[in-house]
Amino acid sequence: MKVLLGIGGGDDSRRALERTVSRAAEAGDNLTVAVVDDSSTGRTGDEIETEIDEVLGEAGVDAEVRHVDGDAGSELVRIAESEGFDRVALGGGTTSPMGKIQLGTTAQFVLLNSHVTVSLVR
Amino acid sequence: MNPDRNYPSTVAGPFEAAPFAFDDRESREIELRPYDGSDGEFEALVSMYVAFDPADRAQGIPPGDEGRIRTWLDGLVKKGGYNVVAWHGGTVAGHATLVPDDDTYELAIFVLQAYQESGIGTRLMRGLLGYGAENGVDRVWLSVERWNKAAIGLYEKLGFEISNSESFEMEMSARISAED
Repeated sequence: MKVLLGIGGGDDSRRALERTVSRAAEAGDNLTVAVVDDSSTGRTGDEIETEIDEVLGEAGVDAEVRHVDGDAGSELVRIAESEGFDRVALGGGTTSPMGKIQLGTTAQFVLLNSHVTVSLVR
Repeated sequence: MNPDRNYPSTVAGPFEAAPFAFDDRESREIELRPYDGSDGEFEALVSMYVAFDPADRAQGIPPGDEGRIRTWLDGLVKKGGYNVVAWHGGTVAGHATLVPDDDTYELAIFVLQAYQESGIGTRLMRGLLGYGAENGVDRVWLSVERWNKAAIGLYEKLGFEISNSESFEMEMSARISAED
């Protein structure tokens, strides 16, 4: 399966990265990792990319890693639809102090607009 | 989480602080008390959440199985916030909590299905807000699903205003005492 994984700087992205890469290793997915602009966390794109390389290396998975400029949600949907992806994978939301699941604006946009199947990783 | 959240300029309340007792609309004697942190009260709270109707879950809370409920509740009560429990004899009918979030508090309230629509939710909210204000809490926020008109109406009646309606769920906030 051809999978587009959208990654920002949040904890939920880290979890989505680990799960999606380990699934790719088992299932032989063709994985592309898209690093999106994420101003909500203090992490730079380079830091995130180093982390992605580590996780891919440990799992022995080959994946294209690319930076996505501009609005994260609309760019992910555009790439997924125009490049023939079978699935978009995303972090499944952060939690509030009392534990309520909160979906970020990127996930909300992708869920409502994508014609490609979306997986929210919990 | 969201440093830009807006709060109403007017102070809501005053609210009568827990502990206090009242008869609900079904003539059940309900007692509101701050949570005492004992094993007995913790177990009674777990029992309420295990019995909670999954249809009334909000944004994944409470979780669906006892193990997850214990982990979540234990983390919640250890965060140093304020918790008020509505008791019907030895049974927990409801629980309301203020969880620290930087210098504000996130509020949540749960009333067991058999005790809903009997006036307990309103009293529990008032008892918690009064208890929080007494302990120096000034700004409070919560999130609520937009279809939940009954809850939104209750929060508005108590002085909450919509602070963010751009997400799937809506955020509301209130000021319950003047800032220092």
